[in-house]
Amino acid sequence: MSTTTTELLKGAAELFPGEVVTQAHVRHLDLPGGAGRFALITLDNGFDHTKPTTIGPQSLANLNAAIDQVEKEAAEGSITGVGVTGKPFIFAVGADLKGVELLKEHKDALAIGKGGHDVFRRLSGLAVPTFAYYNGAAMGGGVEIGLHCSYRTVSKALPAFSLPEVFLGLVPGWGGCVLLPNLIGADRAVSVIIENSLNQNRQLKGKQVFELGIADAIFEGADFLEQSLIWTASVLKGEIAIERPEVDRGDAWDQAVARGKAVADSKVHGAAPAAYRALEIIAAAKDGDLGAGFDAEDQALADLIMGGELRSGIYSFNLVQKRAKRPAGAPDKALARPVTKVGVVGAGLMASQLALLFLRRLEVPVVLTDIDQDRVDKGVGYVQAEIDKLLGKGRINQDKANRLKALVSGVLDKAEGFSDADFIIEAVFEEIGVKQQVFAEVEAVAPAHAILATNTSSLSVTEMASKLKNPERVVGFHFFNPVAILPLLEIVRGEQTDDASLATAFGVARKLKKTAVLVKDAPAFVVNRILTRFMGEIQNIIDEGTPVATAEKAIEPLGLPMSPLVLLELVGPAIGLHVSETLNRAFPERFTVSQNLAAVVKAGKRGFYVYDSGKPELDPEVAALLEQGDTVLTEDQVRDRVLDAVAQEIGLMLDEGVVAEPQDIDLCLITGAGWPFHLGGITPYLDREGVSERVNGKPFLTQGVASVPA
Amino acid sequence: MPRTIRDVVFVDGVRTPFGKAGPKGIYHETRADDLVVKAIRELLRRNPDLDPAKIDEVAIAATTQIGDQGLTLGRTAGILAGLPQSVPGYSIDRMCAGALTAVTATAGSIAFGAYDVVIAGGVEHMGRHPMGESVDPNPRLVSEKLVDESALFMGMTAENLHDRYPSITKQRADEYAVRSQEKAAKAYANGKIQQDLVPVSVRRTNAEAGETGWGLVTADEPMRPGTTLESLAGLKTPFRAHGRVTAGNAAGLNDGATASLLASEETARELGLPVKMRLVSYAFAGVEPEVMGYGPIPATEKALAKAGLSIDDIGLFEINEAFAVQVLAFLEHYGIADDDQRVNQYGGAIAYGHPLASSGVRLMTQLARQFEEQPEVRYGLTTMCVGFGMGATVVWENPNFDGGNK
Repeated sequence: MSTTTTELLKGAAELFPGEVVTQAHVRHLDLPGGAGRFALITLDNGFDHTKPTTIGPQSLANLNAAIDQVEKEAAEGSITGVGVTGKPFIFAVGADLKGVELLKEHKDALAIGKGGHDVFRRLSGLAVPTFAYYNGAAMGGGVEIGLHCSYRTVSKALPAFSLPEVFLGLVPGWGGCVLLPNLIGADRAVSVIIENSLNQNRQLKGKQVFELGIADAIFEGADFLEQSLIWTASVLKGEIAIERPEVDRGDAWDQAVARGKAVADSKVHGAAPAAYRALEIIAAAKDGDLGAGFDAEDQALADLIMGGELRSGIYSFNLVQKRAKRPAGAPDKALARPVTKVGVVGAGLMASQLALLFLRRLEVPVVLTDIDQDRVDKGVGYVQAEIDKLLGKGRINQDKANRLKALVSGVLDKAEGFSDADFIIEAVFEEIGVKQQVFAEVEAVAPAHAILATNTSSLSVTEMASKLKNPERVVGFHFFNPVAILPLLEIVRGEQTDDASLATAFGVARKLKKTAVLVKDAPAFVVNRILTRFMGEIQNIIDEGTPVATAEKAIEPLGLPMSPLVLLELVGPAIGLHVSETLNRAFPERFTVSQNLAAVVKAGKRGFYVYDSGKPELDPEVAALLEQGDTVLTEDQVRDRVLDAVAQEIGLMLDEGVVAEPQDIDLCLITGAGWPFHLGGITPYLDREGVSERVNGKPFLTQGVASVPA
Repeated sequence: MPRTIRDVVFVDGVRTPFGKAGPKGIYHETRADDLVVKAIRELLRRNPDLDPAKIDEVAIAATTQIGDQGLTLGRTAGILAGLPQSVPGYSIDRMCAGALTAVTATAGSIAFGAYDVVIAGGVEHMGRHPMGESVDPNPRLVSEKLVDESALFMGMTAENLHDRYPSITKQRADEYAVRSQEKAAKAYANGKIQQDLVPVSVRRTNAEAGETGWGLVTADEPMRPGTTLESLAGLKTPFRAHGRVTAGNAAGLNDGATASLLASEETARELGLPVKMRLVSYAFAGVEPEVMGYGPIPATEKALAKAGLSIDDIGLFEINEAFAVQVLAFLEHYGIADDDQRVNQYGGAIAYGHPLASSGVRLMTQLARQFEEQPEVRYGLTTMCVGFGMGATVVWENPNFDGGNK
């Protein structure tokens, strides 16, 4: 009966010769308490936990063969039950994304969906009860294997459990969308499938898996499998009755789906299809018809696998998981010098935030300096208060708080503070003369090997270093606000920056747990340049006469985390204006300075909107300040013009060599501006919408990199 | 400061099933410390009335204290088992009598008043840590003839013991071994052993050793029910040409762990913990290292003398069967018949295996079960021989003793 499945999987396996194959070992054991002979299937790819077990077509075929064996034994009556578990620390982390990336045809994508269903469903069709023992990390298809079983246990030590498909641009399509709501109710299923996924792929821990009702029992990690098997024996002997709460198939189900839709709208604004497809299947699963639900999952999987959003999602995932860990163009790590003390010039809010970050991650002495004692005291006071907050929340213990507080200090005299510092970062006023002056003072007192880093967002690092005796040790170290949250760190190489200094900067970035991207010393670097061009074009369109509301609405289909004018408010109109002026000086033909924006800043406005009604509405005072022309564009026209501008700017940046590859642009936009996975940052989207071709005559990325391969 | 010596009781004992050491053994891919952890956790599960924070000490023995048997096993196993950080622990080594010494050392401290409740146990993974791993004997031992060269090879010391007792023939040793297997099989059939075993999950990745993946061990691997005199007769005598000691009349090379719970009697009563045995006395003695199997005799003499008892007062014996000859030498010395029904009623190490430093607590656990069944018996003893020429004996009193009036 599994012949067709076998053929299906054989065909799929041929398309994916590089699969890391997972074995499905069948081992027999005697359950305690005379509960009989039991077959336990262990999923194991033969590597240790650093290479988690994944499921590709050959792996499915192996599981299928294992099920052939236990099915026969169950039918003969030689076993009383079947269990599934994983290698140490890992249950299974789902479908092998590399295999998904290779799929070119809708029919092949359909085969993968159907293949998974065909195999997993057999677990629920056996003549004996089936048990999944979630011993370690379980994601996607791994979770779904367990959902097809009759019972589940989970380890209290399990660190990560999720259905991350929607996060990537898929649906949980091997049964997840259908089985999970039927097991724990639609509302909880929506939390797992939609909400967690869209919240940066939030993971559940073992205890939550149990509390949500996904697992029937929970045991500690130290003897998880033993206790699971003893429990299994009790279940099989009828000593333990499993009671699961009745699933509410009334209005609650519809309300859950509506809530899921609201979550999706707030996160992707309708721009990415996966969450909506998943919700459609969850909605339909209300009737409990598993077969129809599984067919819908197959269709959704195939459609999404052949769509651009998933390809962008996987591309984005690989950027933040892999490229972020091996920054393109970074010098040999071995050149990095140790950093045992950090100096911070300036004790303002930004400087204090940086001091706190360095302190927490490097755990070395951090010295703040400023021009008067009050400022210094305020800066140190801020850091200490933040440490107390961490202590109050239980994030650190008293010993750690004592340690950190003892490490932070402030002095007026740079010579006293910096004479033995290895890394000194300035966060003073954004003015080249001031920064040159600061670096000259620091160089006079700091050791010759010390790195001088600048957190400038728009000034030239080369120019800043130009008057120093040792300009080779100056690097740009550009953080993004909020510093504690946004992962991106643009590391800027000045013309004279040497490899050792750059390697040290990358080493520090790694310890700060930041995503470092190497950037050439070009005006406004990467994120600010693209965002300024993007915002500038919208501002131009508004200035020329398109209503604010139309301009904003035109951008919504991209699914950005916030609208352009809300972003401007977050950045601060004055800072936005300042950066546009800087870029206008550098590239006057493309970057304009909006007189309307200047007027808003001059009027002391903090944004375009007021929120009196709870929703953003154009501030009448701002509306009164705006002087608009009479060219009114449609939403489509607005979007085309803005995307054209962005595509042009990125094309020019790559020509200038601001970064190594388009991938770095996308990594910057994802980690520094929160641009979404389904756009792939932005270049995959520009490619698939034809913008790149229209503007630059060619796509940014080779076909197959973030799209269906040729 | 006035002190009162307190009575010490054996509250409970458990062990992992024992395995055969080596690449095909059930525990080949299982860490030694994990074996101890499973045993400790089972003890805690079986005694839910005991707040783990009340445990004052975790003493764990191992002969080869390196790798997964190193790092102050008592402490690390406590942490790994989920005991509160406030519970300390340490490691113990007296080779085969490791767990027994863990019991006596902590029992002495309980009697003294330093502790109220302790965990004492042992482990030996002879597959991961073969006998003699990384040893570096001082050359003076041999050059100055401080010990005979055979002292380091336990099988040779057993042959030497045969020399000392010429009446103990290979035939007698084999007969004893057959009986041990028979008694063990009977004890299994009657469910005497399984009740104190904790199941252990085991992984296997080597297909040559059997089915791969995770499995569950619920029974001792070394047992050979159905062993006959004929099947033993032909076995090699690897320690001496035409010798008497074979793999059949000796314990094998094994992996396993044990753990026990001891308390002052008053604490046990106060916390409502079971009292399975009461400690009467203990003693260790040294003998010539090359006849280490003689050790239980002087150790027992000392322990009985301290207790003011004679051998006739002992109603049950649990003697570790490192070698049949060592048990037979003990019995011969005391004039007890080879098949005396008071001796090793459930069989012994020849059947179950002898993971060196873990075995002492197995003897105690089995004696405790026999005490429960036989309230007419007042005293029992656990004794074992120890490498490098030692013996160790603990005398126990049966709290179920009914005065001998059936």
